[in-house]
Amino acid sequence: MTTRIGRLFAVAMLALLTCGTMLAQNPMAPEGVKVGDNAPDFVLKNIDGTVVGPRTYSAAKGLILVFTCNHCPYSVKYEDRIIALHKEFAAKGFPVIAVNPNDSIVSPEDSYSKMQKRAADKAFPFAYLYDETQVVAQRYGARRTPHVFVLLRTRIGWTVEYIGAIDDNADNAADATQFFVADAVNALLKGTKPAQATTKAIGCTIKWKKG
Amino acid sequence: MIVSFVLAALLATSVPDVTLADVERRFAHGSDTVFVVNFWATWCRPCVTELPVFDHLARTSGSYSRPIKVVLVSLDAASDRSTKLEPFIRKRGMSCEVVRLNESKPHLWIDRVDSTWQGSIPATWIVSRNQRVLYEREFTQQELHDTLTQFLKSSPR
Repeated sequence: MTTRIGRLFAVAMLALLTCGTMLAQNPMAPEGVKVGDNAPDFVLKNIDGTVVGPRTYSAAKGLILVFTCNHCPYSVKYEDRIIALHKEFAAKGFPVIAVNPNDSIVSPEDSYSKMQKRAADKAFPFAYLYDETQVVAQRYGARRTPHVFVLLRTRIGWTVEYIGAIDDNADNAADATQFFVADAVNALLKGTKPAQATTKAIGCTIKWKKG
Repeated sequence: MIVSFVLAALLATSVPDVTLADVERRFAHGSDTVFVVNFWATWCRPCVTELPVFDHLARTSGSYSRPIKVVLVSLDAASDRSTKLEPFIRKRGMSCEVVRLNESKPHLWIDRVDSTWQGSIPATWIVSRNQRVLYEREFTQQELHDTLTQFLKSSPR
């Protein structure tokens, strides 16, 4: 009896997993993760040629994963604020990992070599990874740039604790009144859950591969 | 006469600010009209590529079974209005109505448009008296025509 239930459970789990994979493979509607889900593991090529992923940060308490890119004006508007987040929170155990999910044929400004140049020009203090196959963006369900996922380390991996915008004013940092990512990370550092775990923002579409 | 001509030229290219509530009031007074509202910005390349599709719809709207009103809602920043948005409209000679959305706090107003909208643009909102659908995608001319035709079929007067 127990075995049969176990087998049924295994079949159900397999069906769920297969279904999830199918959804994730449709780039126009990435299903992605929700707050509370386990965060998918990944490794991607950094601008310095090394391979980096969440596991690279063995001492981190969490991660600020930012899907961003070179060309999107909204990403550009937030660059200095992403640098500031890293400077404030890396030392506290929450470094930034930036990931460019855009296809460089659709968006040539987002090529690997242009990423290297942009990172050098702005002296990015964080890893800037190239999601060339777009699998990471699909697994997370990134829908626009910039799009932030705050992850918290658990005993066995990472959980997703916040998804959304950096703050409530893209146009002008000085006019922002709510600092969603900073608030979420500060809550996690105190051992509590973010009061606002998801937010929306205007952004550029992810430039998915064509054909 | 020269003054009025200059004034008319200026008025023709000025882009008024509206709130989301203003846009919704238009819907409420729209009677039988179906609104095709495109959210875009001058900085958004796929949006700019798509604009001729909406311009074409505005010029051919008489061919549909009901009145169609096309409104382009720019999400450009207030600081970009006179330096980017208005020169862009002037240069393009757009034939449809253009307004600029004067809303802050996108984490609040995006959900007021549609809870399924993730916030990427271009996005197009088709609205009748009793139906509202948000399409978070780009359209070709044919796709927009087909989508609107389907919407008109499924949206009773």
